[in-house]
Amino acid sequence: MLEASGVTVRYGRRAALEDVSLRVVPGTVTGLAGPSGCGKSTLARVLALMLRPDAGTVTLDGVPVLRWRQRAPRELRVRVALLYQQPRPAVDPRLPLAEVIGEPLAAAGRPGPDRVRELAELTGLTGDLLGRRPHEVSDGQLQRACLARALALEPRYLICDEMTTMLDASTQAHLVGVVRDYQRRTGAGVLAISHDMTLLGRWADRVVHLGEPPFRTFAESAHQIRQVRDLGE
Amino acid sequence: MSDLLTVDGLSVTFRVPGATVRAVSGAAFRVRAGRCLALVGESGCGKSVLAHALLGLLPGNATVTGQAWLDAGGGERIELVGASRKVLARRVRGRLVGLIPQSPATYLTPVRTARAQLEETLRELGAPQGAAELAGRHGLRPADLDKYPHELSGGMAQRVANAMALAGDPRLVLADEPTTGLDRPLVDRAMAALRELCAEGRAVLLITHDLRAAERVADDLAVMYAGRLVEAGPAAEVLARPRHPYAAGLIAAQPDRHFVPIPGMPPELTALPDGCAFRPRCGRASEACAVLPAMAAPDGRTRDGHAAGGDAAEEHTVACHHSLEESRA
Ligand SMILES: Nc1ncnc2c1ncn2[C@@H]1O[C@H](COP(=O)(O)OP(=O)(O)OP(=O)(O)O)[C@@H](O)[C@H]1O
Ligand SMILES: [Mg+2]
Repeated sequence: MLEASGVTVRYGRRAALEDVSLRVVPGTVTGLAGPSGCGKSTLARVLALMLRPDAGTVTLDGVPVLRWRQRAPRELRVRVALLYQQPRPAVDPRLPLAEVIGEPLAAAGRPGPDRVRELAELTGLTGDLLGRRPHEVSDGQLQRACLARALALEPRYLICDEMTTMLDASTQAHLVGVVRDYQRRTGAGVLAISHDMTLLGRWADRVVHLGEPPFRTFAESAHQIRQVRDLGE
Repeated sequence: MSDLLTVDGLSVTFRVPGATVRAVSGAAFRVRAGRCLALVGESGCGKSVLAHALLGLLPGNATVTGQAWLDAGGGERIELVGASRKVLARRVRGRLVGLIPQSPATYLTPVRTARAQLEETLRELGAPQGAAELAGRHGLRPADLDKYPHELSGGMAQRVANAMALAGDPRLVLADEPTTGLDRPLVDRAMAALRELCAEGRAVLLITHDLRAAERVADDLAVMYAGRLVEAGPAAEVLARPRHPYAAGLIAAQPDRHFVPIPGMPPELTALPDGCAFRPRCGRASEACAVLPAMAAPDGRTRDGHAAGGDAAEEHTVACHHSLEESRA
């Protein structure tokens, strides 16, 4: 399980998250909904070990996380992959798509052109795109490459932060299907962050609602949101 | 009302090593004053490239052909494809035509606050209003303006980009996915703002994946596949009774419908087949589809330029040899 408990994050004096708890359970899709600017992306970065919270703890499969970003043990880092809402800032603009997808494989010391092609095909990227650099492909094509990259090392947890927000309906259905198949095949835990309750209704096993500060309570249910005080499951 | 933008035979190709990308092929459409045209289609089909081509914002490996006439007011018309860099920079971009870019976060300069960037835009345009006033109209609080781009949430960055695009009071607004990262109330607000622009007599070209938003805000809708317009007409009608199999598949793929992707891989724009590019993925394809279908009205007339004038609704046209039957009551 990937678990945040009592997490608080401040940017300057303003709290972006206050005393928030959330569990991502292997084998399930947890939906996270909430208004713009309520801290969903901040929580995503904390859970992906990219941002150290000012208070609270994160545990990954029972191991408390003590170091963050590059200083987090590699063994923990590769267990969680994060997909961002905007793909452009998330990729090195100098790398052709094949290398963007292959980055984690290369870093793990096992580069594999076959594996890159397989991941590209899975996410609907045709061969002509793999030699191009990010500015030579569309935003949606780049997001497909980011999903391929995120799946490269078969993470145990996948956090999708508004992954499909700039995709047409058919591509959205395709990529959500790719993530769902991956999750069923590997038993991974998925956190699906979106504003779109209809989408979460189709995708998630349960939906958690993150409110505006200072009312950091969660509401949770599959389709209809019910106010509850916290997540003491 | 008059046409603010008339696009005819617009094509864009990119040279890449060993191949040519046919990103836009023979696009023809118009955007009228006081109306919103939504442009929808699969990721990578050429929507953003089309918008950038109109403003001369494509990189050096691009070739643009065709024509795009912009009504500049006072009886003057500017042809955008052939226009000089100077005309595009001094008269068109930001003044006559505002662009709300996709991926707004990457358009903002990382080392300067939102306020500094808004103020610079206003200064360049010689606009009388202040940054705070402009920002307020786009749903930003004064405190948000003191943030650097990395401190803005996706939705806030989007609102800053919207404010910058509209600062110069443009007659034509090109909005490329302007609601990315916004929640429903903010989407509604952004759509209401676009509607207001239309009510003021401006024209809006809205590129969006959000068909629900398109249905609410757009008068007309055009569907693009592999760089070509394949269906166009009144937005409500196209969405309720799509006639191109691609358009029907796109509409059915929404999460509140079947939520099933269109089968097959997206087309390779470096190796488009002759004839209809949707053929390899289409359940209705036949030998006839090896010949490129023209945009035609239901009775088989091919669309002749922009004959229908005045305030008349756009005609519902489709480029398909086996278009879906009209199921009108
Ligand atoms: N500089 C370039 N060189 C080569 N090909 C390019 C370049 N820029 C874009 N393309 C290609 O042109 C096609 C159209 O891209 P465009 O960005 O217009 O797509 P889009 O419809 O806006 O997609 P999305 O919905 O994902 O934003 C894509 O297939 C893309 O790979
Ligand atoms: Mg685009």
